[in-house]
Amino acid sequence: MDARASADRIASAVAAGRTTATAVVEAALERIAERDKVLNAFTAVTRERARAKACAIDKARAEGKPAGPLAGVPFAVKNLFDVAGLPTLAGSKINRDRLPAAADSPLTARLEAAGAVLIGALNMGEYAYDFTGENVHYGPSRNPHDTARMTGGSSGGSGAAVAGGLVPIALGSDTNGSIRVPASFCGIFGLKPTYGRLSRARTFPFVASLDHVGPLARNTLDLALAYDAMQGHDPDDPVCSRRPPDPVLPLLGSGIGGLRIAIAGGYFKRGASPEALAAVARVAEALGASREIEVPEAARARAAAFVITTSEGAALHLERLRSRAGEFEPAIRDRLISGAMVPAPLVVKAQKFRRWYREQALRLFETIDAILAPATPFPAPRIGQQTMQLEGAEVPLRPNIGIFTQPISFIGLPVVAVPVPLEPLPIGVQIIAAPWREDIALRLAHALDQARVAAAPRPAE
Amino acid sequence: MGANEGDTVDDLVDAVAAALALPIEPEWKPGIRSNLQITLRLAAMVAELELPDEAEPASVFEA
Repeated sequence: MDARASADRIASAVAAGRTTATAVVEAALERIAERDKVLNAFTAVTRERARAKACAIDKARAEGKPAGPLAGVPFAVKNLFDVAGLPTLAGSKINRDRLPAAADSPLTARLEAAGAVLIGALNMGEYAYDFTGENVHYGPSRNPHDTARMTGGSSGGSGAAVAGGLVPIALGSDTNGSIRVPASFCGIFGLKPTYGRLSRARTFPFVASLDHVGPLARNTLDLALAYDAMQGHDPDDPVCSRRPPDPVLPLLGSGIGGLRIAIAGGYFKRGASPEALAAVARVAEALGASREIEVPEAARARAAAFVITTSEGAALHLERLRSRAGEFEPAIRDRLISGAMVPAPLVVKAQKFRRWYREQALRLFETIDAILAPATPFPAPRIGQQTMQLEGAEVPLRPNIGIFTQPISFIGLPVVAVPVPLEPLPIGVQIIAAPWREDIALRLAHALDQARVAAAPRPAE
Repeated sequence: MGANEGDTVDDLVDAVAAALALPIEPEWKPGIRSNLQITLRLAAMVAELELPDEAEPASVFEA
């Protein structure tokens, strides 16, 4: 079996006895050993653990026990998820001094309970305060479509590992866009679920008010398989919802008839490159969407997300900034220290605005079911690039990467980022739904996947 | 902010660094200042929008 096979195909083949989990894992390890020299997606490969898990799956199958829905599927996690026996780096040098994690994150445990096999931990921007996938301590993760280009961040290793065919599924986190940005730049699917839907327990935090976790994959079926395996309340994450799981897999192929879809105009068109606009137009046409709506106060929402992020991030890292500031990546250190200087009333106002903006945005969903918007303003820039051309002016690159993702995660709406395979580089479109309606975003993404309007292009090697 | 924006921000950085016992190397200051200027500009944009006194922040604690 091709090491780049989908999770669905791997699990079916293992369940049917056409291959073994051991063969799948060995093929994945071989592929990682070969390709990761270039992509730099992994910071740890958990070989022996993966081999032992695969062996256990094969033994259980030989004994006639039922195979899980992800039987033998290799996956990897952004290195802010706890992996038993490894220090949880969160992309930093400082965290190398942490004690090894005593247990896996619950999402890892849930995926493994479904038969998946953890194969390693993935590179990321330091402490997740990043949209590029670059990292001074571990080197940049590299875009499989052009290794001179950024993966996007902060879940950069997750983007590179999935797009590069090293694993079919990876986990990432998304505070302001860190799943959707790498999905866009690397040309893969990413799900940022509703705030509170998936447990963040045993993950290294960034901004408690805004942190989400979710899966990335090369097709919607794999995304849904992973998502369903991870749903469910977890008392160890204080914001994890008590709602019962809403499995999306049974609904995935139920079609898109009757769904009312609108295109985000105004803010979401200004600052978008021709490629971003072309990708949205292609998706809109395929879904028969023509109505344009204005997401009220989106610019202010992005501003408020920025303010909350920098101040909560600073609060989290304050002691490390006091005692070990010289060990941070300099640009991230400067951002975090500046976050400690923001007067408190401005932060409280941003949280007040957040609730007001949520109410305005939710009104939109009284008459529509989903909103389309670009995931990033442009396709993957070059690694190290500092500025970009936007509407004829030269502007700083980094703060602009997240302008279209921030106003959405700010109020926790579920989003599937779908890859539109433009040449020479893919770019993502956000399919945004009302809270707890991941099913709608995934149904639409699946229809686009089936029609090949959205697809993860296979990189040349 | 007016013409002395740079000075005001520098004063704020120095005062808060002292209050929070944050050691700052002189060469970090330009980066910190420019980040803080961006944040204050964006925060002012949020603060401009008038909301009622009763507006509840989104950061909720459930007892």
